[in-house]
Amino acid sequence: MPMAADEIVDLIRAGIPDARVEITDLRGDGDHYAARVEAESFRGLSRVKQHQAVYAALGGRMGGVLHALQLTTGVPT
Amino acid sequence: MTDVQNRIAQIVEGNDVVLFMKGTPLFPQCGFSSRAISILDHLGVAYETVDVLQDQEIRQGIKQFSDWPTIPQLYVKGEFVGGSDIMMEMYEAGELQALFGGADIGG
Repeated sequence: MPMAADEIVDLIRAGIPDARVEITDLRGDGDHYAARVEAESFRGLSRVKQHQAVYAALGGRMGGVLHALQLTTGVPT
Repeated sequence: MTDVQNRIAQIVEGNDVVLFMKGTPLFPQCGFSSRAISILDHLGVAYETVDVLQDQEIRQGIKQFSDWPTIPQLYVKGEFVGGSDIMMEMYEAGELQALFGGADIGG
């Protein structure tokens, strides 16, 4: 079941208030997304922890309704 | 620990490089698993795979094992490294090469 890009961005920002989120609908089908999430609060965290923070913000949707989200994370440059 | 968590721990500890994936290296059943295999093959590292589609217990249990909701998952020397996105980021940064180069991976 697809999920709107705006909904994904809102969830990530709700969970990580300082996040800057760029999202791309890879196939235009509302089901395959790429997201880049940058947050100052990621500084000092491993990549695994950064990704887990995003997954936590998505509240269990990852791997469920949100099947295909290609994710990259980092701190703002 | 439950039985399935024990089974996963044994697999992870018993293999220097192991990828939990959907499908097999020759026939990956998901684009993310396919990408993970491509990276490992490109690096020429020896690895084992576990096809989670053949084992529903592991398919669910692996998500709790590392608090990671998706598959594929790569483990090196007993440590969770990440999914295919992290593998790609590490590969592009030269970190994956360093991890395999320095890990004394058995053939």
